[in-house]
Amino acid sequence: MNPRRTFVRPMGAWWRRDAFFMRYMAREATAPFVAAYAFVLLIGIVRLAQGESAFEAWVEALRSPLSVAAHAILVVVFAYHAYTWFQIMPKTMPPVVVAGRKLAPAAITGAGITAAVAASLVLWLCAAWIVR
Amino acid sequence: MPEALRIVLEVMRYTPEPGAVPRIESFPIEFTADMSVLQGLQQVKDYVDGSLTFRWSCRMAICGSCGMMIAGVPKLACRAFLRDFLPGPLRIEALEHFPIERDLVVDISDFVEKLGRIRPWIEPKVARRLDEGEYLQSPAELERFESFSHCINCLLCYSACPQYGLDKTFLGPAATALLHRYNADSRDGARDKRMELVNSEEGVWACTAVGYCSEVCPKLVDPANAVNQNKTASAVSWFARMLPGRSA
Repeated sequence: MNPRRTFVRPMGAWWRRDAFFMRYMAREATAPFVAAYAFVLLIGIVRLAQGESAFEAWVEALRSPLSVAAHAILVVVFAYHAYTWFQIMPKTMPPVVVAGRKLAPAAITGAGITAAVAASLVLWLCAAWIVR
Repeated sequence: MPEALRIVLEVMRYTPEPGAVPRIESFPIEFTADMSVLQGLQQVKDYVDGSLTFRWSCRMAICGSCGMMIAGVPKLACRAFLRDFLPGPLRIEALEHFPIERDLVVDISDFVEKLGRIRPWIEPKVARRLDEGEYLQSPAELERFESFSHCINCLLCYSACPQYGLDKTFLGPAATALLHRYNADSRDGARDKRMELVNSEEGVWACTAVGYCSEVCPKLVDPANAVNQNKTASAVSWFARMLPGRSA
């Protein structure tokens, strides 16, 4: 027995104690959606390998109202996932030294978000050009 | 005389008796705008209830003794001001994730034991004799570890880390930050010994990048960065083992 007679508090519902933890849990909850969508795109590659009609059927399935509604939700989930990804990025990488000074975390996050937005825009323009 | 303000402190009390559980006791106090939460507690101890127990020493965010949960957030009581919590009441509790000894005092022996295991001293790569002079280091080499050396062992980061709360074997933020402080030091040669701890079950992989440890750190040490940089280092050393002619 511990002669100090300390009291250990339970950890139940720890993630509801602080808004920071709730945002963290929301971030983690977006991860399965990202994995699931990677799987959807993987199916697209498999269907492409199977031939034109198989690929067309996959594209047609993506155009169904249920799929469009799911995409509307997913774009929000993905945006939050991307935002939190770049928010935590400065904490996960070695210091970036520019002109003898450590780059501020906000600069790394800002650069990441800008790059993600620019890449999405380029991808969207390319897609729009292809399907026009 | 500045105008007196009023706030109610709701302080966690715990007496180590068999079957005892923590309870909250309210203390209405008068204070001036320049008073810290620590000074509020001292006022209670000096004039209302001398049995109220808490740790403090320097009163200027250097000693790291007065860490506690202030309105649910881990903070140094000397660095938090009562005026910022008006109109109150202000809830003050013992640091989360540590066993409570009495009132706001927690048992930190788990951290002290971990601190010893990280080998928190420089083990020179090549030992120099006294007549050979000091170990030199460039400003750029200092920059690589300096921020991690600012840790004052206040343990706010452990209190902010749910992974430590759920699994006490996890080495945790401050110990890893200090481990990194020595590993990143150009004069040190004990990196391989410390990497054994980094790579182990209780090492950096228990971290899920919550990141709250760095948010609450009063010294801007960024322990989450130390932990996550060592995930990369741990992965590199794991893959390096597979190269011919290399061992762990």
